[in-house]
Order: sequence, then C-alpha cells, then structure tokens
Amino acid sequence: MNFHAIRAIYLFEMARTWRTLLQSIASPVISTSLYFVVFGSAIGSRMVEIDGISYGAFIIPGLIMLMLLNESISNASFGIYMPRFSGTIYEVLSAPVSYVEIVTGYVGAAASKSIILGLLILATARLFVDFHIAHPVWMVTFLVLTAVTFSLFGFIIGVWADGFEKLQIIPMMIVTPLTFLGGTFYSVNMLPPVWQTITLFNPVVYLISGFRWSFYGVADVNVGISLGMTVLFMVLCVGGIHWIFKTGYRLKN
Amino acid sequence: MDTVISVRNLNKTYDSGFQALKQLDLDIHKGEIFALLGPNGAGKTTLISIICGIVRPTAGTVLAGGFDIQQHYRAARGKIGLVPQELTTDAFETVWATVTFSRGLFGKPRNPAHIERILKDLSLWDKRNDKIMALSGGMKRRVMIAKALSHEPEILFLDEPTAGVDVELRRDMWQLVEQLRERGVTIILTTHYIQEAEELADRIGVINHGKLVLVDEKNALMQKLGKRELHVQLVTPLTRIPEALSALPLTLSEDGLEITFTFDARDEQSGIAPLLRQLEDNGIEFRDLRTRESSLEDIFVHLVHESRHDETTPGRESA
Repeated sequence: MNFHAIRAIYLFEMARTWRTLLQSIASPVISTSLYFVVFGSAIGSRMVEIDGISYGAFIIPGLIMLMLLNESISNASFGIYMPRFSGTIYEVLSAPVSYVEIVTGYVGAAASKSIILGLLILATARLFVDFHIAHPVWMVTFLVLTAVTFSLFGFIIGVWADGFEKLQIIPMMIVTPLTFLGGTFYSVNMLPPVWQTITLFNPVVYLISGFRWSFYGVADVNVGISLGMTVLFMVLCVGGIHWIFKTGYRLKN
Repeated sequence: MDTVISVRNLNKTYDSGFQALKQLDLDIHKGEIFALLGPNGAGKTTLISIICGIVRPTAGTVLAGGFDIQQHYRAARGKIGLVPQELTTDAFETVWATVTFSRGLFGKPRNPAHIERILKDLSLWDKRNDKIMALSGGMKRRVMIAKALSHEPEILFLDEPTAGVDVELRRDMWQLVEQLRERGVTIILTTHYIQEAEELADRIGVINHGKLVLVDEKNALMQKLGKRELHVQLVTPLTRIPEALSALPLTLSEDGLEITFTFDARDEQSGIAPLLRQLEDNGIEFRDLRTRESSLEDIFVHLVHESRHDETTPGRESA
C-alpha cells in the first residue's frame, strides 16, 4: 500500500475544501437552514405530526440526506474531473499507485467533506427544532455509508463527464428529483397505494427511510432492506470503478 | 553498459485505428542523456507515455530499471520522473504544496529539505508561496520539473523541455540536465532542435512514423547532420559555375541568381572567407548572403524518402 500517496491525495483534496470554505461549507449549511426556517418553523407549525413526530423534526433526516447526496456527488466528481480537465491527471496515472489508492484518496476526501457538512447541518437543525436521535451509532453508520457510496458514484460521474455540464446533469436531473420524491418532506405512507408501489423503485427512499429510522425509530421500509440497498448500491459503484480502471475508460488510451 | 530502459517489440494502435508505434525496440543506457528526435506525430510522446504508464501498449514489453512496467508498475514508476510537453499544472495551489504533493504521490515520505533544494536549484524558492496560476509560462515549466524531481527519480523524461521557453530558461535547463547527469540520473529528452541534442545528448534516436529510423552516438550522427549552407544572392545571373570555382562544393540555382555553398558546421575554417574572395576575384557581384543549418526537417524528408516504400500513414499529432 502506498500510504504516502493516499495521504497526499487526501490532503490535497481537503486543502481544496478549506481554501473554498465559504462555498463548500457555508453555502450548503445556509441553504439547508432556509429549508428549516420555511418548512420547519414557519409551515411546520401548521402541519400535523407524522408518525408522532413534529413536522420540523420529521424533515431533518431527509434534508441531511438531500444535501449529503448532492455534496458527495459534486465533491467527488469535481475532485477527479478537474485533473482530467486541466491535464494534471498525468501525474496520478504515472505514479506508483494502484487504483484502490487513488480512489481511497479522492473518495475519502469527498466523503469526509460531506460527513462534516452533514454533522454541521445536524447541529444547525438543533437551533431551529427540537429532536432526539434514537440510534446514534446507526445514524453515523448511515451517514458514513451514504457519503462513501455517493462519493464513489460521484467519482464515476467525474470520470464519465467530458464537460462541465455533464458534471451537473446527474445531480440536477436525477438525484435531486429522486430525493424530493423519496420522502424528504413526507412519509411514503401518505401517498396513494399506486404511488407507494412506484416509489419503492426509487433507491433514495431506502436511504431516507433508514436514516430517519436511526433518528426516530420509525421507517417507511424495513431498516434491514434500507441497509441492504445502500450496501448494494455501494457494491455497484465499486464494480463500476473497478471496470473503469481495468479498461482505462476515459483515463488511459 | 547497463541498460536502464529496455523496449521490445512495442506496438501502439489507438482506438481511432492510428498506429503510433510499430515494433519499436530501444535500449537506454544507465546514466546517459538520450535525445529522441522526430517530427510532430512521430510517436515520441506515445513512447514516453507508455513507459511512464499513461498510455497502454497494444503489444510489446518495457522494462524500466529492470522492472516490467505493467507487472511491477510500482517499482518501475517509482524510478521515473516525467515532465510532459504540455504545461499542465494546478492553478490554485502554491508551488510548495504542489511539489510536496508530487513527492507523496510517488510514495516518498516528506522531506522539506529536499524540496527546498529543488526549488532553489530551479530558482523557484522565492515563489514557493505563490499560487501557480500567478506564475509565468517559464516558471510553470520549472514547477513541472520540480514536481518530476520531487521523488528523486533515477530516470527523467523531458518531453520537449525547451519548446517555447526563453533563452535564459533554456540555458538553465541545459545546466540542470548536466547537473542531473553528474548525479547519475538517466535523462531521455525529446526535442525538435538539433542544436539542443548536439549540446546535451550522448546518443540520439530518430523516430518517424512510429519507428526508430536510426539510433547512434551523437558524434557519429552529427557528422551526417551537421551541414550548413551558405546562400549567395547574385546581382547578375550566371549560366554556370565558373571554372575557377569548380573545385568547391557549389550549386547554382535554376535562375542562375543564387549559389549554394555547403560546408561542415564543426570545421574551424568554414571556407566562407576564401569563397567570398574568389567570387570577387572572378568578378561575381553579390547583394545578399545568408547561412542556413540543415534542419531536422531536411533530414526527415531524406529519411522518409529512403524508407518510403513501407510507409503509408502520414504523421499525426499523438495524444
């Protein structure tokens, strides 16, 4: 294992985060705070409780997931896309590093950043609404698993993208709609039966449901299935990355 | 002599179908400076990229420092430093950060003293806390060299190190190459400039259309390449070269207005002065003079012409 290389990539990527502190940390925290103000405090006070949880508290796990998915994807995709775009990727490709080390460095940094953000948003939420966390260990587990999985997914997008617009398209066109429709703002049980079935094809439902369970002990789908789906998606992403490095797809001629 | 890089039957065909390298064999000796000459698209960059692990070979083997570049890529790549042709640098990082990153990437523990020495050698020390985007092109080139040297490589590839750099930087670069050679680093450089190869190289390889057309000791090669020409523009056209001058290597242009005199650049006496005296003695008036080195292009035209029967693909800029 070339630990020096993992460390170098990780620190290099984290330095980018600190350098762009306002953009990378402050802006997601502010935008999520706005959701809490609008949906939690203002509208939430007029909503009925869902599964015995006040609306403001109910949306916290979903909002954290919403941000976590988007940030993980954009951090990781940008992290690998930039060196491809600028050409500095030559150095990584010519270095004595295995693809596991490259991915660990880039994805590790991207996931770290999202996890820090997730915890920051959690702390921010506490300022607006009262909530408790029923299963803190599972909460952290879901947080980390999701951050890593979607950073892996972001890495794939960053390798696939051949322009800045493609970098944006998947988060904007697919991930954000799926998150909004995946039960961030409502319980799947509130939908008509047909839509409940259709919703189960949305993978984000499982992430939000599992995460919400770790907070309040209630879930739309069984927590085991949630965990299984998260791990399954992670395995698929690892498979995709393995294929990328095996074939040299968009990295090597 | 020890071989430090050994290339055997190397082939590369890009997805587009372009065959960049054809059955290429090459041995680089330990500690030498090897200059790889060739026109654009000849395969220079492809060859270097394969050895460094950036491009996959279609067939063939490469050993670097005795290690197969694919099976033992860690050992092989750890010995190699690469300065690519394009100025590809980070933008927002400082010089110090980017060079430190390179060292770590190549699996070496931190060594600020070493990085300090490199930056001082390359006159980058004052710029160490500057963002790379704020540097001039020449300074960026130095940063790329610093990155390549950060992990103390035994083999250094310089792909067109002096393309588009000013005279001062070129001289510094040459000096650096000499210093590195004294430390035992093997250096492979590609260049368009014969002069550069002449200045630095121990051996020269000429590559064209993905094949090594020739590999030779510099001195032997300069014998063949080091011709210069003097072109003399005449005031009145001649029908033929006067008898008195027939002993000299002169040719007359078709319109009779230009005489071309070919001589060896390395001779102490070029023969220009006696020629001009003789022209005067024979009453031949001239209005302009210019000298010209036989360019690499001339040589390629010649070499390609020689091997035309087995060449079909025209040159192309390789990735």
